[in-house]
Amino acid sequence: MTEVISRPLSGGAPEVPVVHDDGTDHGHAEHGATGILKWLTSTDHKVIGVSYMITSLVMFYLAGIMALIMRLQLWDPHSSLVTPQAFNELFTMHGSLMLYLFAGPFAFGGLANYIVPLQVGAPDMAFPRLNALSYWLYLTGSITILMGFFVAGGAASFGWVAYAPLSSAVNSPGAGADVWMMGLALTGFSAIFTGVNLCGTIFYLRAPGMTMFRMPIFTWNMLVTGILILIAFPVLTAAIVMLFADRHFGTHIYDVLGCHLISGRPTPNACGSPLLWQNLFWFFGHPEVYILALPFFGIVTEVLPVFSRKPVFGYKGMVFATLSIAALSTGVWAHHMFTTGAVLLPFFSLLSLLIAVPTGIKFFNWIGTMWRGQLLFRTPMMFSLGFLFAFLMGGVTGVMLAAPPIDFFTHDTYFVVAHFHQVLFGTAVFAGFAGLYYWYPKMFGRMLNEKLGHWHFWLTFIGFWLTFMPQYVVGLKGMPRRVAYYPSGLGWQIYNQLSTIGAFMIALGFLLLLINFVVSWRNPVLAGDNPWDAHTLEWFTTSPPPHHNYTHLPPIRSERPTWDYNHPDALALKHGPHATASGNGRNGSDGSKEKVSV
Amino acid sequence: MVTALVLTGCQVPGFGAFPGKTAQGQDAFKLWQGFFIAGLVIGVFVFVLILWAVFRYRRRSEEMPNQTQYHTLFEIAYTVVPIVVVLVMFVFVFVTENNITAISDKQHVTVNVTAFQWGWEFQYPQYSNVKVIGVETQTPQMVVPAGETVRIFLRSDDVIHGFYVPEFNYSMYAQPGRTNQFDLNITRTGTYRGQCTQFCGLYHSLMLFSVRAVTPGAFQSWAQQEESSQSSSNSSSGPAQQNLGNQSQSLKSPSAAAPLTSHTAKGAIGD
Repeated sequence: MTEVISRPLSGGAPEVPVVHDDGTDHGHAEHGATGILKWLTSTDHKVIGVSYMITSLVMFYLAGIMALIMRLQLWDPHSSLVTPQAFNELFTMHGSLMLYLFAGPFAFGGLANYIVPLQVGAPDMAFPRLNALSYWLYLTGSITILMGFFVAGGAASFGWVAYAPLSSAVNSPGAGADVWMMGLALTGFSAIFTGVNLCGTIFYLRAPGMTMFRMPIFTWNMLVTGILILIAFPVLTAAIVMLFADRHFGTHIYDVLGCHLISGRPTPNACGSPLLWQNLFWFFGHPEVYILALPFFGIVTEVLPVFSRKPVFGYKGMVFATLSIAALSTGVWAHHMFTTGAVLLPFFSLLSLLIAVPTGIKFFNWIGTMWRGQLLFRTPMMFSLGFLFAFLMGGVTGVMLAAPPIDFFTHDTYFVVAHFHQVLFGTAVFAGFAGLYYWYPKMFGRMLNEKLGHWHFWLTFIGFWLTFMPQYVVGLKGMPRRVAYYPSGLGWQIYNQLSTIGAFMIALGFLLLLINFVVSWRNPVLAGDNPWDAHTLEWFTTSPPPHHNYTHLPPIRSERPTWDYNHPDALALKHGPHATASGNGRNGSDGSKEKVSV
Repeated sequence: MVTALVLTGCQVPGFGAFPGKTAQGQDAFKLWQGFFIAGLVIGVFVFVLILWAVFRYRRRSEEMPNQTQYHTLFEIAYTVVPIVVVLVMFVFVFVTENNITAISDKQHVTVNVTAFQWGWEFQYPQYSNVKVIGVETQTPQMVVPAGETVRIFLRSDDVIHGFYVPEFNYSMYAQPGRTNQFDLNITRTGTYRGQCTQFCGLYHSLMLFSVRAVTPGAFQSWAQQEESSQSSSNSSSGPAQQNLGNQSQSLKSPSAAAPLTSHTAKGAIGD
């Protein structure tokens, strides 16, 4: 069926249409279901991964449209485009969709689901049916959250963080708040199951020769992400259950009203505490920030070496940096709460500052990967570079915010809005779409158009800076976040207008992505197995891969099995002046044509 | 970084932040300057490294580059140096934070600030509980003396709010069931705008207030004048009372005008 084994690829000649497909649909013969039934019943990680990506992209575009409406509202200080209530619903849903339904699911449900089994040489995820359940829970939860717009009283309008007691039954009485919580609990379970699946797959389904320290960094990062999901998401789900109980079953876990009711006199310390919600939420929320960052760090670490024609620089340092980020991320949640005055411990500031160290290591490793390489600026590489610049800026301002005295006057202002958008846009958008452009040929066997891709990148990149740099300035001038109106005469308007123009540039860029999908669908340019001359195992099989991914595997002697297979001549170059550790590839030099049957 | 500099125009020394009109705000401002410069140096360094790699190592031939994977010396350097930098920064953070949050034991003017949806109440327990209340349709003003210590006791009647005066370089949550206290040493007279920063529901955008810092003499005469004009409507009420018991009455009002009436009514009952 596949003749991939016998054909070493010569260099990176991306757009040569190499056809291996012999006309039959791989896998369907043994699986039966086709068409819509395939999408509804499949337990194949590739089908589920694509479903995840399509759904999360729909969420991304919806949340983007909400952002555009908000930017239009803020064009004028007293705009009457939307009501304050609608504005509050819009930013709540924008944040919820982007964080809960796009960034996470796109990474660990979409890309990781598709790529991790391929990268470790496994036929599927460890628990395929649990995987399907994850997706359907995610879809159901997403629809449930969106239903908020159609219930009486409108969607949830307490911000994506749902601070108590604003989220209580008294302050947010509508059903919109309830469907938000139900939807979040459903997607929370979906995330937990996916975390279990990722850990199980990576621990137990690696192919012969794929030791832990030969795993691609993307897979490493998804393992750590899976562990973080298991630490963080149950806390969120439990916190939401308690919030729901407060709203409907008469408990007083997060509000002080009950103190009076129970004891008959106002004794604030006797019972419920709004602060408890913040502690629980951010104990989820800060690891969540890294659940939304590590997969994207992983993508960049795949893309940069391939388009530099070099291995990852400092592979092991990269792994330990990821592990230390994960460890530190569980001890910094209170830096979101400095202005509560309740958790103002220097400990949290120190740990938050320390996260800059492993992140810095990653930065230098990425630069080291490009150093003295042969850089080729295809679309995935452009988006990865966009990530580097965006995350650098977001990281530097993040260090500033770790200092409580600076946090005091930037907290809840547009400075913070600019900071976390630069971080999250840098990861989920720049790195996320780097991953999409990078793996799209593997998933669909066809290339995305380079010209459209570059236009998409440049519009997004310029729009990104135009949108968020003015927000730092206006934040320092004192503009709070989550306001539908702002005072005129303070000089804030021009910065808001620049922001709005930038947002529409980004939107234009993402319109081009849709056009790119259509072009690749109508006029396919076939990708071949390995259009980028990439390093990792997934590029060894066909594009798209057959039902159980591999008929044969190359020998796995380093973290770059496909590269080793295709470049037996380059092995000598590995022994550069500093290529010391791990002896990668040395054993493979004489056996690079051997096959391992699976 | 460069864009930030261009956008902030000629205020380069302040890097866009306010110099701070309180002693505490000036401390925060100095830390901000230090952090900005440190961030600028590190940011530009990394930025230049990336740019250099991008332009210098563009693919010019099909020649295979050296497959370097590790350089132990560099890796140790860029682990150890950032740790040292971070620890030095932390020392400055620690010292500044202690200065800003310190509560003085000197003579001070106390103001009990209560936030509610969507307005503010400023109460002066040392002056027969003189009270200023305002909502989104009628912005309240907190009058305080400049050059003296002002002690703020901050809490909320309903949801969480944020007490934020940009020119003081300071904000703090007003929370139900918890009272935060902090000192403000305002250095110059003037009127400073303030606003709720923590999202608190429908009219959060309009929850404004202002702080008018006057000379101590002017403050005394203002307080006495208010005392005499409010004495008929005010009876005694301690600073820490008049809270939780009546919360439910100030919650969730359907219109902009309603909070004013409901809160005023509540205040009357509470006292």
